[in-house]
Amino acid sequence: MSEPLKRPRFWGSQAASGLALISPTALYAILLLAAPLAATLVYSVMTDGYLTVIPQFQLCNYVGECHSQLADGTMSPDGYLGAWSDPIVRTLMARSLFVSILVTAATVLLAYPVAYFVSFNVAPSKKALWLFMITIPFWTSYVIRVFMWNVMISRTGVINSVLQGLHITSDPLQMSFTIQAMVITLAHAYAPFAILPIFVALEKIDRSLLEAGQDLGETRFTTFLRVTLPLSMTGVIAAVLIVFIPTIGDYVTPNLIGGGKIPMIANMIEKQMLKADNRALGSAIAVSAMLVVGLVSVVFLALNRRYLKGPK
Amino acid sequence: MKIPVLRIYTIGYLLFLYCPILILPIFAFNDSTAVAFPLQGFTTEWFQNVFHDAVLGKALKNSLLVAASTAVISTFLGTLAARANTRYQFKAAGPLMGLIMLPMVLPEIIMAMALLVVLLSIGIPLSLFTIILGHVLVCTPFAVAILTSAFQSLDKSLEEAAYDLGEGPFSTFRLIILPLVMPGIISAMLICFTISLDEFIISNFLGSGEPLLSTFIYGQLRFPKNVPNIMALGTILVGVSITLLALAEFFRRRGLARTGAKDSGGFL
Repeated sequence: MSEPLKRPRFWGSQAASGLALISPTALYAILLLAAPLAATLVYSVMTDGYLTVIPQFQLCNYVGECHSQLADGTMSPDGYLGAWSDPIVRTLMARSLFVSILVTAATVLLAYPVAYFVSFNVAPSKKALWLFMITIPFWTSYVIRVFMWNVMISRTGVINSVLQGLHITSDPLQMSFTIQAMVITLAHAYAPFAILPIFVALEKIDRSLLEAGQDLGETRFTTFLRVTLPLSMTGVIAAVLIVFIPTIGDYVTPNLIGGGKIPMIANMIEKQMLKADNRALGSAIAVSAMLVVGLVSVVFLALNRRYLKGPK
Repeated sequence: MKIPVLRIYTIGYLLFLYCPILILPIFAFNDSTAVAFPLQGFTTEWFQNVFHDAVLGKALKNSLLVAASTAVISTFLGTLAARANTRYQFKAAGPLMGLIMLPMVLPEIIMAMALLVVLLSIGIPLSLFTIILGHVLVCTPFAVAILTSAFQSLDKSLEEAAYDLGEGPFSTFRLIILPLVMPGIISAMLICFTISLDEFIISNFLGSGEPLLSTFIYGQLRFPKNVPNIMALGTILVGVSITLLALAEFFRRRGLARTGAKDSGGFL
């Protein structure tokens, strides 16, 4: 404090100060996130041994048939199929992809009007309150919310008891253990994730552009199509990615709503990593899931840039 | 008269969002193990069961310990990252911030499994500590998001004035910046506490079998006769979460008011 003139020079370089300040957080993320993810990648191309992974390069965890190494150093005679060759893994991957695309479409389409309403029809002083109301359910326990859906849709649950009590249906509807139920539960869980980015994009739109559109003879609806919607595409894209990526790896919903009967890829990763103790194959499935997510996201962004003229 | 279609739709959507947590307390007081209408009468039996469950008491203690530690550590790490990213311009900021924020979109199962495998191979035994390690990873991005907006709304001239008046960087931070972003810090801590309290995947896979609230609840779901107890416990948990969130929102707004920024609304 006694040498205020020297301090700024010592801290002078922006890069040095910034790096020094961010380094604890960055180091934490590198050690506990980047390194484990890299390890998963490395494990996925190694040989499975009993309870360990043997550093011997191979690609059979992805394609073809693989053999685990036994404790005495010999290879197990019983092989297992790699992630891309195993029809079960392929089925689960396709199902996870299908469910998360459905969830993403449902969530974003249902969320857009809500974001639009809060941005355009709510008085500025009340916007924060509306957003707070929208985010509250999201911050309550996910397990409890999924469990509540399970209770509501079961054969003897809330919805069936109401439908039968009002004599709308005579027999209970079978809603549990269906993909539709999983989609509704997940769309419910990720709703705020979709609303917030779209809202932010809508807020940034210069309102005079809309007046200009209408002055130039567009109707309200065509103004929306030609001005508002294209300008809000950044938010829609963010919403799509932020819903799609975590959904494909959802673990709780397939277990509680699907009753374990409709497993998704996350349940397979868990099974291989823990119950079957095949960390090499488990890693390969995890890496494959991320590859699929990444590929679909890239294709989505490319299509969007090509046909909707959205930003990258 | 024009029908407010959008308003009706939005209110319907909010009802859909709130449906599970509105139904929860109704059945927590319902005198029947079946969760169905018509209601059977009022009881507090399920709440009494909750308060007398020894395992649950342990789970609560563990969860509070984990959530409090997570809140403090993630908010500290979040403050550093948010401050570095808003105050200084440097090339590595983009990639590093990307990595720090990654857990927000990464499927939790992938993170949990990757961490688990690495912890096991380097021989760190699973415990409440490993759960805290994972929770900090998940919560830090949220702390960064809240604190970034807190730091962004700071007027840089206040800081320059402090330098001109002879304060060093540390005393400037302590005397000028910290008090102004304090509401943001409290808000971030409350949010991180709430996330950690409710988090399930990491608690389930990185724990040593020590009960936490979320894993306890998940374990009870297999037993239909325990369902009403879970609804009572869930009612309490949701109540606590909403209270903490309301507090966080209060502090966030106070922080914005203090720095004179316009309220753009929302945490994220």
